[in-house]
Amino acid sequence: MSQPNLPASEPLKKEGVQTELAREARSREVADESGHVLRAEKATIRFGGLVAVNELDMSVRPGEIYGLIGPNGAGKTTIFNLLTGVYKPTSGAIYFRGKRVDGLRPYEIARRGVSRTFQNIRLFPGMTVLENVMTACHLHARQNLFDAVLRTPRYARDEREHREFCIELLDIFGLSRFRGEGGTSLPYGNQRRLEIVRALATRPRLLLLDEPAAGMNPSEQDDLLNLIRQIRDRFDLTILLVEHNMKVVMGVCERIQVVDYGKSIALGLPEEIRNDPKVIEAYLGD
Amino acid sequence: MPSFAKRAAAAAALVVAIVVANAMLSEEGLFGFGVPRYWAHVLMLAGVNVILAVSLNLINGFTGQFSIGHAGFMAIGAYSSAYLTVYHAQAWERSLGGAVGETAAGVVVFLLAILVGAVVSGLAGLVVGVPSLRLRGDYLAIVTLGFAEIIRIVILNMDVVGGATGFTVPGETNFLWVGSFAVITILVVHNIVRSDTGRALISIREDELAAEAMGINSTRYKVLSFVIGSMFAGIAGALFGHYTKFLSTNDFTFLRSFEIIIMIVLGGMGSITGSVLGAVVITILPEFLRQLPAVGGYNLADLRLVIYSALLILIMLTRPQGVLGEREFGFNWLRRAQKRPEGDEAVGAGGGVPIDERPARTVANEAGGDAAGGGEKR
Repeated sequence: MSQPNLPASEPLKKEGVQTELAREARSREVADESGHVLRAEKATIRFGGLVAVNELDMSVRPGEIYGLIGPNGAGKTTIFNLLTGVYKPTSGAIYFRGKRVDGLRPYEIARRGVSRTFQNIRLFPGMTVLENVMTACHLHARQNLFDAVLRTPRYARDEREHREFCIELLDIFGLSRFRGEGGTSLPYGNQRRLEIVRALATRPRLLLLDEPAAGMNPSEQDDLLNLIRQIRDRFDLTILLVEHNMKVVMGVCERIQVVDYGKSIALGLPEEIRNDPKVIEAYLGD
Repeated sequence: MPSFAKRAAAAAALVVAIVVANAMLSEEGLFGFGVPRYWAHVLMLAGVNVILAVSLNLINGFTGQFSIGHAGFMAIGAYSSAYLTVYHAQAWERSLGGAVGETAAGVVVFLLAILVGAVVSGLAGLVVGVPSLRLRGDYLAIVTLGFAEIIRIVILNMDVVGGATGFTVPGETNFLWVGSFAVITILVVHNIVRSDTGRALISIREDELAAEAMGINSTRYKVLSFVIGSMFAGIAGALFGHYTKFLSTNDFTFLRSFEIIIMIVLGGMGSITGSVLGAVVITILPEFLRQLPAVGGYNLADLRLVIYSALLILIMLTRPQGVLGEREFGFNWLRRAQKRPEGDEAVGAGGGVPIDERPARTVANEAGGDAAGGGEKR
């Protein structure tokens, strides 16, 4: 028994949490002195003899939807893992809001306001939809272990606030009616949505989406495009998107960077990228 | 959330239950009704095992870090508290006894000894946990097993606590102590699991990479659960030592660690009530099998170890996730089947849902709502 997938084009509902989130994002100055929220400078990572990412430069402006594309095996997900601290670059530097973040552990980078989804959905299988999202409120928890053990008023207040926040957030994405169900028992499309909700619950300033359209049919992809735009507008976020699906990337991204064999081969507006001979060669081969 | 009155009533009922159980397990019995001495002994051990199993479940079941060194931390708690009661308790009791009376002084000093056992075990847990929790799965299991044996061998070579000849300890433990600490253990673990900390622990079990991406410091939380688990193992050890009145390092071999593992695996990893059930069953079952009658001139009790093993295999084959799996047994058990998530109707009935999809959605939602309430849709 499974529920029908929610059409992603279903408009996000309600003001409230998202305005709160947006206000928070706006009130904090997200850009560094060069006007970028995220910068990579000659970021390189080697696995043994293989150079997976080679002297990658990248700079993402606040509020834009930035696409990172490339053929299979080009190193897109590796770049993501560099940005989120899963890997440490062999050389080069990564700056988030003007501060160096390379070499930090993933949770430290998350604490600074970078949140992500995964190419293969990584929800917490043993948890309900609501618990999945509430787990991501960890960074904003005011309760500590003793509050929990002694069930202090602070614990009760904190739990209630997180619960309400998460339900409201789920509600915006039309998922709150499934909150009591196992997160991984949802249909595929809703699991992707839930993963985005979970990432938003950390209240990020930069959202990284790793192949959000993977496994989606063309109409679902259209819905996804709308959803991504809506998220950016409503939550006032910067979004970095890894994708090899051209249609999604061209439809939603404002700037696109193309990588192949770990090297950046092109950077520009979608129309420029579409007509770039190097990109065409990388995708179609020679 | 139960009201204050309800909680107070539950607490009072628990206290009465523990006092009554204590009286029935003592040699005098309660108004002549008592449990035979032999079974009283078994039940005391069951109480200690409940503490061990529930605390190990926090590490293995909820945090998902497979540790098989629990007996080592139990040994540390047992020996460190026994060291206090053997060498220092009398002097402390004398100096305290004048002020608060002898009985109270005895209680305070023993409580202190238990807490010291807990703290020392917790520190040992920290020292062992920080390097070994970098490892995962089988590797972690082997390392914890190794540390537990190291602890045992070190104690075996400490003459101050008796060394190989064993350590004679004053008997202080009765069911008041064991029962109270079992309840405290269950409450503490329950409260931890249902909190932000608990969600962090469970998320590490479910997907460590995703947990880190959500801002959870997985190392910190793994060590935290390891230390808390070790502290309760230390408490169990302290109670155990002062109950058996004699400590030998043979009580703390890896066989005991495995016994605790069997309890939680059988009861259900990630279920508190499951590990309580597992602890009680695994403690009582072998003793129960001793009482089997002779059938056709053949004594079934002689086969108790075979039957015991066969039962374990049978349970694991039929319910590999443990008797309770990850679920909890409680008053909600019966109610849950009909319960829908609260506030369900307010959501989704309103705007935002395309009109043409609404009827289908409602039907699906109702069917799904039941499953959501039962949480059994696997």
